[in-house]
Amino acid sequence: MALSWLLLILLALAVIGYFSGRSRALASAGGNARELHSLPSYYGYNVALTTLLPALGVLIVWLLMQPMIIDNTVSGLVPDQAIPEGSDRGLVMSEVRRVANGLDGAVASEAMTEAQAQNPDADIEALTAALKDAGQVLTQDITQPILMAAQKYRSMTSNGSVAMQVVVLALALLGAAFAYVRTHKEFRARNVVEQGILALLLLAASIAILTTVGIVLSMFFETLNFFQLHSWKDFFFGSTWAPNFRGGSELSILPLLWGTLYISVIALLVAVPIGLFAAVYLSEYASTVTRSVAKPLLEILAGIPTIVYGLFALLTVGPALVSMFGNGGALGVGWMASSNAVLTAGLVMGIMLIPFVSSLSDDIINAVPQSIRDGSLGLGATKSETVRQVVLPAALPGIVGAILLAASRAVGETMIVVMAAGAIAKFSGNPFEAMTTITTRIVSQLTGDTDFASPETLVAFALGLTLFIITLGLNIFALYIVRKYREQYE
Amino acid sequence: MMNQMTNVERSVDSKNIKIAANNVQVYYGDTHAIKDVNVEIEDKTVTAFIGPSGCGKSTFLRCLNRMNDTIDICRVQGDILLDGEDIYDKRVDPVQLRAKVGMVFQKPNPFPKSIYDNVAYGPRIHGLAKNKAELDEIVEKSLRRAAIWDEVKDRLDAPGTGLSGGQQQRLCIARAVATEPEVLLMDEPCSALDPIATAQVEELIDELRSRYSVVIVTHSMQQAARVSQKTAFFHLGNLVEFGETGQIFTNPVDPRTESYITGRIG
Repeated sequence: MALSWLLLILLALAVIGYFSGRSRALASAGGNARELHSLPSYYGYNVALTTLLPALGVLIVWLLMQPMIIDNTVSGLVPDQAIPEGSDRGLVMSEVRRVANGLDGAVASEAMTEAQAQNPDADIEALTAALKDAGQVLTQDITQPILMAAQKYRSMTSNGSVAMQVVVLALALLGAAFAYVRTHKEFRARNVVEQGILALLLLAASIAILTTVGIVLSMFFETLNFFQLHSWKDFFFGSTWAPNFRGGSELSILPLLWGTLYISVIALLVAVPIGLFAAVYLSEYASTVTRSVAKPLLEILAGIPTIVYGLFALLTVGPALVSMFGNGGALGVGWMASSNAVLTAGLVMGIMLIPFVSSLSDDIINAVPQSIRDGSLGLGATKSETVRQVVLPAALPGIVGAILLAASRAVGETMIVVMAAGAIAKFSGNPFEAMTTITTRIVSQLTGDTDFASPETLVAFALGLTLFIITLGLNIFALYIVRKYREQYE
Repeated sequence: MMNQMTNVERSVDSKNIKIAANNVQVYYGDTHAIKDVNVEIEDKTVTAFIGPSGCGKSTFLRCLNRMNDTIDICRVQGDILLDGEDIYDKRVDPVQLRAKVGMVFQKPNPFPKSIYDNVAYGPRIHGLAKNKAELDEIVEKSLRRAAIWDEVKDRLDAPGTGLSGGQQQRLCIARAVATEPEVLLMDEPCSALDPIATAQVEELIDELRSRYSVVIVTHSMQQAARVSQKTAFFHLGNLVEFGETGQIFTNPVDPRTESYITGRIG
C-alpha cells in the first residue's frame, strides 16, 4: 500500500471522526446545543485531531528512522572482505540500495517474479542479465554478499512499511475511539482543541529553529573535516588563496575577507548617504501624496532579483566606468582595465542596499515622537536644524542598527559579486582592480564536479561558516542596538 | 472660593498691547475650527484660555507662533499683530517669529540630550552667545529662572529625559526662556504633572510675568484663577468672553461662561 493511500485513509478517518464526534456530542445533550460545554464542531475537531495527530507524528518519525535503522543493520551484514580496495562501506551500501531498487523495479515490471527476486541461491550472472534486460541501472557487478545484503534490505523495507501501516492505522483508530468515547456534553472539547492548536503552532516554530540549528551543525562538522585535512593556521592567517585540485593548495580566507569587506564598504558608502537622505526627505519633508508614490517606488528596488543587478553591473555600470577611467576613457587616466572591478560591484551593491537603508531608517525616524520636533520648531529652529540636531541624534542608534543590517546583507551578497567583481584573490587598495569575495569562492569551489573529501571542496564550508558567524554577529549587534533604542520612548 | 478671588490683587504692570488678533478664522480642511476671534493680549500679563475640550483654545494658541504651519490642512485667515506687525505677512519668517514667541507644550518634551544641551539648544541655533562662558551664563540664568537650577546644577551632563515629569517641564520652560522670547505660550503645561510640580510651575509662571507676556491654555479653572490676570473663554470655536479674571469667574456676562465655570457644560 502506497503512502498516499495511507494518508487518504487517515484523512477519511478524521472526517468520519469529525462528524461522528459532533453528532455524539449533540445526542448526549438531547439535540440541544446549548447544553454542551463547547460548540458541537469542537467535539468534532477533537475527535478528528486525536485521530490524525498521533498517527501522523508516528508516521513522520517512522519514515525518518526506518532507512537509518535498515542501513545500519544491513551494512553490518556486509563482510569486510566484500569491500573492494579503494572503496568504502558507504559506496558498497549505495550499490546495495541500487540492487534492491533494481529488484523492486524488475518485480514491478514483471520481468521477474517475487520468488526469483528473493531466491538467495540465484545465479548471479543470470540475475544481472535479467535486471539489465528489465532496464535497471547497475554500475558494478553484483557479488554474492551484495545480493544477500540487497535481499535483506528489500525484505526489511517491505516488512518495515507493513509494520508502519499497521501501527499508524491502529493508532488512528485507537485515537478516534478514545476521543469518541470521551465525547460527552460535560467534556471540555474547546479547551482540548485549544491545546491541540498550541501544539501545532509550537511544532511550526520549532521546525524553523531546528532547521537553523541543523544548518549550523552540518556546516560545523564539514568545517571540522576541513580542518583535519588542512591547517587552520593557513586558513585564518595565511596570505594566499590558491586552490589546486591536485593538492598542495593554499587556502587562506584573508584575501577573500579583504575583497568582501572592501566591496561592502564601497556599497555602504553609496547606500548609507543616499538611503538616509531619501529617508529624511520621505519622513520629514515629503507631502503625503509624494510619500505615498515615492516610498513604494523606492521599495521596488528591493524587489529586483540580485541576478538582475548583476546583469546591470556587467552590461551597464562596468562599461560606463571603463569608459570613464579606462584606457582612452573620458578622464584619460587609464586606471581601469576591465569592467570587472571592486568599484563596479560596490556601486551596484550600494544601489541594491538603498531601499534597505531608506525603508528601515524611515521607520526609525517616524518613531521619533512628534513632540520633540514641535519642541525644536517652537524654539525657532528650521526644519533642517531640527532634523540634524534633534531628530537624527534621537534616531541614531536605530539608524546604526539599520546600517549594520545592510552591512550584513552586503557581506553575504553573492550574485552581484559573482558577475561583477572578478575572480582574483589579492590584497590591493585599488578599487579599479578585480577582486573576489568569500561568497564567490564558495560558489566556484562547489560548482561542477565535486568530491566531498578534498580540502579544496570542504574549504567552502569553512568559508560559509565564517561568513555566517560574521553576519550573525552583525545582526545580533544591530538588533541589540535597535532594541535598546526602542526602549527609550516607551 | 470664587469670592476670595475677587479680593486677590490683580495688578497689571502695563497696558501695552503685545498681541492683537482681529477676525481670526482657522480651518482644518473643511472644519471651521476658530470663528471670528478678536482678542488683545497685554504685555507682562498672564492671559488664560479656558474652555471645554475641542473648543479651539489650543489651536488658537498655536496660531500665535505659527506652529499650525506645520500642519498641511490648516488654514488661518484674519490678522494677528505682534507689536503692530502682522505675523502672517509674507515677509515674516515663521522661524524668526518662533524665537520671539516661545512655546511650552502639554507633555514635557525634553530632547534626548544632556540638560545643558537642552537649554543651550535655542541660544546655539540663534547665535545668542559669543563664547562658551556666555553660553554657560545663559544656561544658568535660564535654569534659575525656571526654578530648577538647584536641582540640576550638579548634573548638567545628565540626560534631560532622566528627570522627573515636573523637572522635565521646568527644563522645557528653561529651554523656552533661554532664547529670550517676548511672549511665552503654554499649552496645558501642568496637565501631566502632580499637584506639587503644578504648584512649582504656577509659581514660576507668576515670576515670568515680570518679564514676558504669558499665554496659558488650561483645563483647570482653579489654575486659571490662580495664575492669570486676564481670562478668555472659548466655546465651539468662538471666543465667548474675554476680560479680567476676577470678573469672568465671579460675574460673567455670558450665560455660557457661567454654565462652564459652574460646571454645567464642559
